[in-house]
Amino acid sequence: MTIKYNNVYVEDAYTVCGPYENDGPLSNYFDKKHEKDLYFGEKSLEKAEVHLLKEANKNILSKNKLKEDDVDLLISGDLQNQITSSNYMARDFDIPYLGIFEACSTIAEGLILGSTFIEGKNAKKVIVSTASHNMAEEKQFRNPTEYGAPKKKTTTFTATGGVSILLSNKKSKVKIESTTIGKVKDLGIKDVNNMGAAMAPAAASVIYNHLKDTNRDPNYYDLIVTGDLGIYGKEILKDYLKDKYNITLGVNYNDCGTMLYDLDNQPVFAGASGPVCSALVTFGYIYKEMLKGKYKKVLVVPTGALFSQTFVFQKESIPSIANAISLEAI
Amino acid sequence: MDKKYQDIVDKHTPREDIVKNALISFFVGGLLGSLSELLLRVYSMTLNLPRKESGVLVILTLIAIASILTALGVFDVLVSKLKSALLIPITGFAHSMTSAALEYKNEGLVLGIGANIFKLAGTVILYGVVSVYFFGLIRLLIMGG
Repeated sequence: MTIKYNNVYVEDAYTVCGPYENDGPLSNYFDKKHEKDLYFGEKSLEKAEVHLLKEANKNILSKNKLKEDDVDLLISGDLQNQITSSNYMARDFDIPYLGIFEACSTIAEGLILGSTFIEGKNAKKVIVSTASHNMAEEKQFRNPTEYGAPKKKTTTFTATGGVSILLSNKKSKVKIESTTIGKVKDLGIKDVNNMGAAMAPAAASVIYNHLKDTNRDPNYYDLIVTGDLGIYGKEILKDYLKDKYNITLGVNYNDCGTMLYDLDNQPVFAGASGPVCSALVTFGYIYKEMLKGKYKKVLVVPTGALFSQTFVFQKESIPSIANAISLEAI
Repeated sequence: MDKKYQDIVDKHTPREDIVKNALISFFVGGLLGSLSELLLRVYSMTLNLPRKESGVLVILTLIAIASILTALGVFDVLVSKLKSALLIPITGFAHSMTSAALEYKNEGLVLGIGANIFKLAGTVILYGVVSVYFFGLIRLLIMGG
């Protein structure tokens, strides 16, 4: 399902990153960088993730001289069980709140909802935010953070950061042109250390549907980026798109997971993942380059693996989702 | 499972360096064993202890070193380089308990550390005890004790 918008703009975005992202190639694009450790002065890893969300949302308000009353809706999601980071962030904001979850595609779900509220004239200003935290997520999904076990090459590294996006009906330089809501796909991949393979079919499906609904071909966009498929998932997507939908992605295709870190010199295996991965790359790097005029039309396809440890241990395969957001510089 | 898709996935999934990792584990693990034997003899000689008792001291030393390195955040980095060489000996067992204890200290002494310290090590203890029972039984029946 593709929705077209005539009246939805990205008024501003605020990005916060952690030390690993600060050491990566996109460091200069982030607004606030935590260079030292992963606690940011908080006592626990989970509280540190709440900190990231609060920091991004507080700063986007102050940077744009907005009061909480000026914002009609706050939409937020993260990877913690019961999206607790977003919930604990929201208790500090006097703004109507929607908590959402689509794993690492959460930011896309938020943008779709926010844009639709604005286009339908139910809201004028909406904040969409998401965060992830490398060690908080490791603790929940894998082993204790200090536990060292040899890892597979296809493993991804959860990015640390918080991103807040201010959507508005007020005209600005970048608009949300259209969005496509994805379908949940599961081709039977069970390996949680190969999430790129699990998520590629969902990305392929939504890219196909977006191009079909809008009657475009991949070259229409200056840049098409998927969320966090990683080095190997990226190649799987290209082959699968060609094989199943006869779509060829060219040099204008990239994956946020392979852009956030220096893959040769940082210990990140197949690349970055986590809800904030695509958000940091899109609203740190791509958005700022759109303002400068480097990119005009960009299709962002955040990808999410919708599994829990319980279902993985019960030998279920991994269902995945991807949504497409078309951004246009005016 | 979609067969055609599995073929695409297999084509792009890199092979793990199993042989290289096994060789590293074998040689570094062996070196660790040799150093432990050396330490055992040093304890025996300097403290004038029988072999069995200085063996206990060696185990305690290895546990202490592994736990301190875990707390300093060094052990997981070493594992990424030296592979299973550090996980299979008693150092790996100590590491699994210390890392779990560190992880859950914020949830309190009872519900945090107490309930989670054996999160990884519990499996080793359970199946260690079960297999020791069966091997003991086999030994008794075949070799008479």
